[in-house]
Amino acid sequence: MTEYVVLDHGAGGGMSQELISGTIAAILGDTYIGEMEDSAVLEVSSTRIAMTTDSFVVDPIFFGNGDIGKIAVAGTVNDLAVSGARPLYLTLAVVLEEGFALADFRRILHSIRDTAEAAGVKIVAGDTKVVRRGEADGIFLNTAGVGVLERPIQLSSRAPQMGDRVIVTGYLGDHSIHILSMREGLGFEERVQSDCAVLSHVIADVLDIAGDGVRCIRDITRGGLGTVVNEFAAASSTAIELTESALPVRPETAMAADMLGVDVMYLANEGNLCLVVAPEHAEATLKALHDHPECTQAAVVGSVVTGAPGSVRMVGPEGRSSSVELLYGAQLPRLC
Amino acid sequence: MTARGAIRRMLRVTGFVQGVGFRPYVYRLATQHMLGGWVRNDTKGVTICVEGPAEVADHFSEDLLKHLPGLARVDSCTVTSEVSVRDWTSSFTITHSEEGSGTGALITPDSYVCVDCAEELFDPENRRHGYPLINCTNCGPRYSIIREVPYDRPKTTMAGFAMCEDCQAEYDSPADRRFHAQPNACWVCGPQVRLLTADGSDTGVADPVSAAAELLRDGGILAVKALGGYQLMVDPGSHTAVAELRARKERSSKPFALLARDSTAVEQHAVLDDQERRLLESPGRPIVLLQARRSSGLSPAIAPGAPTLGFMLPATPLQLLLLDAVAPVLIATSANAADEPMVRTEEEAHRSLTGLADAILVHDRAIHMRVDDSIARVVHSVVEPKVTFIRRARGYVPDPVPAPFPVPPILAVGGELKNTACIGDGHSLHVSQHIGDLKSPGNQHFFADTVAHLSAAFGVTPRYVAHDLHPDFYSTRYAASCQDVQLVAVQHHHAHMASCMADNGLNRPVIGVVFDGTGYGTDGTIWGGEFLVGDYRGFERHGHLARFRLPGGDKAVREPARVAIGLLAQHFGAGAAELPLDIIRQRDSFEVGVLMKMVERGINSPQTSSMGRLFDAYSALLGVCERVGYEGQAAIELEQLIAWDHSPVEPWPLRLVEDEGCLVIDHGPWLEALLADVSDRGLSAAQVSRTFHESVVNAVVEICLRISRTSAVRDVVLSGGVFLNQHLLVRTEQELTHAGLRVYTHSRIPTNDGGLSVGQAMIAAAQAEITAVP
Repeated sequence: MTEYVVLDHGAGGGMSQELISGTIAAILGDTYIGEMEDSAVLEVSSTRIAMTTDSFVVDPIFFGNGDIGKIAVAGTVNDLAVSGARPLYLTLAVVLEEGFALADFRRILHSIRDTAEAAGVKIVAGDTKVVRRGEADGIFLNTAGVGVLERPIQLSSRAPQMGDRVIVTGYLGDHSIHILSMREGLGFEERVQSDCAVLSHVIADVLDIAGDGVRCIRDITRGGLGTVVNEFAAASSTAIELTESALPVRPETAMAADMLGVDVMYLANEGNLCLVVAPEHAEATLKALHDHPECTQAAVVGSVVTGAPGSVRMVGPEGRSSSVELLYGAQLPRLC
Repeated sequence: MTARGAIRRMLRVTGFVQGVGFRPYVYRLATQHMLGGWVRNDTKGVTICVEGPAEVADHFSEDLLKHLPGLARVDSCTVTSEVSVRDWTSSFTITHSEEGSGTGALITPDSYVCVDCAEELFDPENRRHGYPLINCTNCGPRYSIIREVPYDRPKTTMAGFAMCEDCQAEYDSPADRRFHAQPNACWVCGPQVRLLTADGSDTGVADPVSAAAELLRDGGILAVKALGGYQLMVDPGSHTAVAELRARKERSSKPFALLARDSTAVEQHAVLDDQERRLLESPGRPIVLLQARRSSGLSPAIAPGAPTLGFMLPATPLQLLLLDAVAPVLIATSANAADEPMVRTEEEAHRSLTGLADAILVHDRAIHMRVDDSIARVVHSVVEPKVTFIRRARGYVPDPVPAPFPVPPILAVGGELKNTACIGDGHSLHVSQHIGDLKSPGNQHFFADTVAHLSAAFGVTPRYVAHDLHPDFYSTRYAASCQDVQLVAVQHHHAHMASCMADNGLNRPVIGVVFDGTGYGTDGTIWGGEFLVGDYRGFERHGHLARFRLPGGDKAVREPARVAIGLLAQHFGAGAAELPLDIIRQRDSFEVGVLMKMVERGINSPQTSSMGRLFDAYSALLGVCERVGYEGQAAIELEQLIAWDHSPVEPWPLRLVEDEGCLVIDHGPWLEALLADVSDRGLSAAQVSRTFHESVVNAVVEICLRISRTSAVRDVVLSGGVFLNQHLLVRTEQELTHAGLRVYTHSRIPTNDGGLSVGQAMIAAAQAEITAVP
C-alpha cells in the first residue's frame, strides 16, 4: 500500500510523532542529535547556546490582534526561552505566492520588526522566494533562532519527579478558537482574541525566582496542553494528574469549544506556557507569573503523582477520573 | 447375563463437569447399577472407568446423560477404550484429581441459590438457617471467586476459611450434596456478614441483615455485596427513595434493574410468557427485559418513559434474605461511581460509595473477578421466540462460545464502549464478561486484569492480537503494547458481521447488514449503516447509508439535535434555518447558525454513514429526544413510540444511488416525506416513527435482494447495536425471509459492541490461516 502524507501528520498528535521519530529522525540517524524539545541546547567553544527553527502557515494571515509575522517571531523566541536561553538572533525566510499584495507584505514586516524589538532580538539573515500562483497560500514564513544559556540550569522534559506541580500560564485554547472562528466566520472572533505573545521576559523572571526548582517548560502550541503533559509524562516516566476545575479556560472559549464539540485540552495557544516546578517553588513561581499581564490567569493545574509511567489522568467534578490520551490525529468520534 | 460377558469401559466426559457435583452423581449412578470402577477429575474434564456386565454398562452410559446435576453440562462423552474382563470389582470409588499442566477443564460461571439450599436457608431447624453464604455443588459462586485453576478451595477466595468438622464431613462424603463443594461454609466456620456505615466503619450490629432490611424499609439506600460486585438497593415503592438514588448516581433517565423474589412477584409488574419465565428462573439469573404492566405500583422514576422493566431473580442467599425481610421487589443496580467499574472490594466500597449509599452490607468472602449482571431478553420473532443477550456477564462467563473452525492462540481486545475481550484457542472462544467504557482508568485496569486472568485460566499465550481500526481506542493502544505477537487490525463492522456468523456457527460467505452508531471505516470516515459481503477472511462493502455530517463529533452523539440540524442543513442549505420545526424554532439562532456553518465547512464535523445516528436524528426531528442521558436513548425512545404494533404501513419512497460500486441509500426523500407528514398531514410522532422503521426495513430488503442477485449469496446476518431495536429486527427478519433469503441474528453474543471481540478473534484466526500457507 502506498503511504501518503495526510493532514493529521501535522496535527501534533501521535501521527506527528510517528512521522518525526519513525521517518525523519530514523532516516537522519546519527546526523540527528536533537532531543525533540522546543530548542536544542548545544555547547560551542564552552558556551551553551540554544537553537531552534519553525515554519508558519497560519490562515488567516491577519487576525484580530495579530498576524503571521508576530507569530513567527514570538513563536521562535518562546521556543528558545523555554529551554532557559536568552534569545539573541533570528533568521527570516519568506515564501511568497505570486499575486500577494505588497501592502500586506509590508504590514507583516512592520509587525515582525515591532515584535523583534519588544523581544530584544535581532534579525541576522534572511531569504526570499517567490512561487507561482497556487504553489503556496499567500505567504509562508520560517524563522530560526539562536539564544545563549547564561544560567547553570538544565531544563528537560525528563526532569519531572514525584510531587512536582504543573503550572499553566494563561487561558487554554484562545488562539485556536479565535483563528478558527475568524477563518470560518463563526462569530466568536470578537469575544475570543488570540493569546499570541512574546514570553521570554516572563520565563527569565521565573528562572530568577525559582532557579533549578523549574524542571521544564513548554510552549503550548499545536496539540494543546493534552499533548504537552503527555510528552512530559512519557519523557520522565511519571504519571501526571490534572484537576479539571483548575484549568484556566475563558468562559467564551469554553462555550465555543462546547458548541464546536472540541476539547480545550487539545486546542493550540501562541502565548501560553506549561511549566513543571518543584512543589516548594510553586507558590513563588505563580506569584512571579501573576505580575505579568500575559499571565494573570496562571494556575497550578496538576501534579506528578503515583501511577502508570507515562500516563495522564484528569480528575473531574465529584472526583471522577478519566485518562487524557495523546491523540493520534485530529479529534475523532469514539462514542458508538 | 447374556453371552457378551463382562467388560471394563473407559469414558471421557468434557464440559461443565468439575465443581458441579458430577463425580458424586457418577458415583451414585454406578453404585445403583452395581458397577465397579472409579471416577476422577483430570485436566480435560472427567474420566470414568466402569467394570461389570456389558449390558449394565450400556444402561449406565445411557442413564449418565439423563439426570445431570443442575449446573453440569456435558459437551462430549466418548468411550476411549473397552476391553473384555474375566473378573471385576464391585466397588466404585472417587479417586483423587490427576495433576497435570493442561487446563482444558471448564471453569463454570457463577450461579444462583438452588432449591435445596433455599429451603435450608429458611428452615429454622437447619444448621445453616439464615446463613447468607449457603451453597452446594449445585449452586453458588464459581468464576468470581476462582483465582487459579484447577478449581480447588485453596485456589479460590475461600482459601482462608478452614472448614469446621460438620462442613468437612459433608465435603468428604460422596453421598453428600456438598461433596467437594469448594465454597462450602456455615455459621461456624465460614465468612460472616457485617453492616458498615456509609464511611466504612463497622456498626457492630448483631443481626446485620435485619438492620439492613430496616434501612431499606425506611427508604434508605443500601449497598450490598452480591456475587460479582456490589449493588445499590432501594425500595422501588418509595418515589422519594428512587429519586434520591437518581440524584446520587447522577443518572437522569437510564432505567434501574429490579430484583424480585420469584416469577410470581415479577408478574405483578410485568407481562411474562413461558420462555421469559424460564429465562428468569435459569441458573444464570440474568436481568430480563420485560414489558411493564401499567400502574404496577412501582415508582415511575425506575424507568422513566420506558414501557419495559428489567427484572432478575436472586442469585445470592443474601438477596433472598433481604427480599424476604423487606419486600417482594427491590431495586438492585450496580454500585459504581459514574463511568467507573462496579465496586468489587471493601476498600473500593469505602472509597466510592460514601456519597451514594447510607450503609454497606458486606461479607468476608472476597470477589476475585468482577462480574456485572447479565442482561437478556426474549425477542418475539415471527418465526420463533429467541433469547438474546444485551450484556453477557454473570452466570454466563466464562462459558466459551464454540469457534466454527479451530483457531490458534488469539487475544481479541474488542472495542471501546461495552468492551469485552476474547481469548480464542482451538474450538473455544472465551469471551470475557462485560467490561464497559474503556475511557476510565478504572475500567482500563479491569480490562487488563481480566485479559490476564482469562489467559492464565485457560493457559493461552496469544500469538495474535486482534484490535479495532480506530487509532484512539484504549484497546487499540493496549494491543500495540503487546510483545511478541502479530497484530491484526479488524474493521469494526466486519467484526460485527463475523460475530453474528460465529454466533450461528456459519463459515461461508454472507451478506452482512451491520447497523450501529459509530465505527472507523477503511476510508477514514465513520461507518455505521453498512451492507458487506464476505466471510472471516475479508469483505467488500456493497452498500451503505448516504453520508452526512456529525457537527461536533462525539458531542453530536450526545446531542442528537445536532445531527438533525446537520441533516437539515445538508439537505436544505441556508433554508434550513427557516423550517417550521421545533428543533429550529426553539433554538438560539446563533447556535443554529454555528451548527449549519460547521456542517457546510466541515469543521469538526466528521462524515458518517451511521444508521444509529440517523435514528438519533429522526428522534430529535420528531421532538422525541434531543439530548441523551444514556447511550442509545434517542433511538430507544423512537422505537418505544411504536410499542409492539406490527400492523402494516406504507414506507416512504426509496431512492438508491450507485456510488463507487456501492448501493447508497439516499435519505433525502425520507427527510422531505417526514416534513410533509409532520407539517402538512399533522401525523403523530408515533405514526412517523413507524413509517421510518418500515422505510429502513424496505431499504434493507431491496438492497439485500440486489446484492444477492449479483453475488449469489443468500445468507444474511444482522448485527450491530441498532438491531437491539426489536421492531426493526423482527420486521427485517420477517421481510427478508419472505423475500426468500436465509436470515441469521444474534443469540449468545450481543449484537452491540459487546460482541466485537468474538468477531475480531475469528477474523484474526482466518488471517492467520492465510498467512500460514506457504
